[in-house]
Amino acid sequence: MTAYLFLLPALVLLATFTFYPVIFGTALSLFEYNVISPPRFVGVANFRQIAADRYFWIALGNSVKYLAVVPVLQGCAILLALWVHRSARGIGWLRAAYYLPVVTSIVVVGIVWRWLYDDAGLINFVLLRLGLARGPIHWLASPGVALYAVMFVTLWKGLGYYMVIYLVGLEAIPPGYAEAAAIDGAGALQRLWRVTLPLLRPSILLAATLSAISALRVFEEVYVMTSGGPVYATYTMFYYMFDQAFGALHMGYAAALGVVLAVVTIGLSIASFRLLREGGLSYY
Amino acid sequence: MAERPRTPPRLRSGNARLRQVAAAAQYAGLGVLAVGTTFPFVWLLATSLRSSGTVVSFPPVLIPHPPTLANYAGVWATMPLARFFANTVYITGVGILLTVVVSAMAGYPLARMRFPGRDVIFYAIVGSLMLPQHVGLILNFVTLMRLHMVDTYAAVYLPSAASVFGIFLLRQAYLTIPAEIEDAARIDGAGEFRLWGQIMLPLVAPALATLAIIEFSGYWNSFLWPLIVLKSPDKFPLAVGLLYLSGLFAYNTRYIAAGAVLMTLPTIVVFLALQRYFLRGITIGAVK
Repeated sequence: MTAYLFLLPALVLLATFTFYPVIFGTALSLFEYNVISPPRFVGVANFRQIAADRYFWIALGNSVKYLAVVPVLQGCAILLALWVHRSARGIGWLRAAYYLPVVTSIVVVGIVWRWLYDDAGLINFVLLRLGLARGPIHWLASPGVALYAVMFVTLWKGLGYYMVIYLVGLEAIPPGYAEAAAIDGAGALQRLWRVTLPLLRPSILLAATLSAISALRVFEEVYVMTSGGPVYATYTMFYYMFDQAFGALHMGYAAALGVVLAVVTIGLSIASFRLLREGGLSYY
Repeated sequence: MAERPRTPPRLRSGNARLRQVAAAAQYAGLGVLAVGTTFPFVWLLATSLRSSGTVVSFPPVLIPHPPTLANYAGVWATMPLARFFANTVYITGVGILLTVVVSAMAGYPLARMRFPGRDVIFYAIVGSLMLPQHVGLILNFVTLMRLHMVDTYAAVYLPSAASVFGIFLLRQAYLTIPAEIEDAARIDGAGEFRLWGQIMLPLVAPALATLAIIEFSGYWNSFLWPLIVLKSPDKFPLAVGLLYLSGLFAYNTRYIAAGAVLMTLPTIVVFLALQRYFLRGITIGAVK
């Protein structure tokens, strides 16, 4: 009996704010609901409407494009983790420096990068001085560039976080393997490619899945820096869902968009798991 | 890595020099990268200390001359920054307290009691991480609206008060306590609640601290949810308030920079002072 008393607060909160909203939110995708009048069952009408909705396809396209950040981010994080995986003087400070953007508010990050990306901002100043650009580049204002400029901020902010995940993974690998390979005459690159990376695969799987899920759901960076513009160039799935739910109060339609996003996310997770699991986990 | 004694001395010194050069190059690369991740903060600080001009000036100013705190006084006096700050402190404080208490309670029976449904409950809690939380966002808003809680502080912290990570973390901590300690307390006649409050809780204090610190940056920086449930600016936390101000006072970048520094400083101080707790938190998150 006491056991249930201890669990009560957590279970009530989880039931109210996690299980109930996810289950009924999914069901809501079959309704039309504008908060004021009671929900009206419409079947799959929301999904049919989504299929013909051109903003949906723009948003989905941008969210999928955003996935390009995943391999770059993971590659950089692995390299960085390999470099800082040592005990040397000052290495703790370097790690802290890489982690700093992770603990900083996305709003502060977004505001600073908006200034850095400004036509008269620091990045353009450096590029013009070095003669690498003829005129200022409109980082956040030109439709062809904006999405990639925002992606770079995601990379910059997330690098330290994934570095730590890989450091944890590297700690777990017994040093004996690399030493044995070295004695057998394997070079540094060979040791990295044939020993360390395969042993790191569980961490890569975890980090890649986490970062793919957050890439598909990207919202905050976009909201703070470009508000989805210019001309929908950075409009993402989550942004569209947010607008439909809390701007237009099309709760049912927003729920349907959320379900589509969830299906894409789950499909992708399974695919990445299949892709990266091959042989990886069997090493342990 | 082991030194090979048979290598001729000349070759060895050549290798050593090559290795030195490679190490130096690596350190140079790491240094440049560290500048890349910290530079925006330095620039923000420099801008907040300038007495004139805007952030986007040619050439950029990195060392303000003369430095002044006037922007801090100005933004504090003319914009509702003090209010945003107080809101953030309140939401963060209550949020951390609730999360820690709820996790400390829920983790305990999951680790140290036998009762019907324990494993089902545990797997349901951990499994909720797999749920598409973003779908729940919509209905959470509707729920809070029905409870007439939209635009209240409680609406900001209640939905995240039960942290799956926290419950998991505390359960692991309780599991490591030796059974002898529990037995001894029971023989001394301690009841279930006294056993928990006086014996068990002090023993999991490190886990409680880790959770509090991880939750600190979570609540302090939380942005999306307060943006959805708060309507009146006098309830905004810094994250929402700062963005609101940066829209209203786009021309006064020095004030916005001062506000941004004030928002960032506590998280940086807490992080630098308590780094190992942050890293421990991620370690646990990564192996779960």
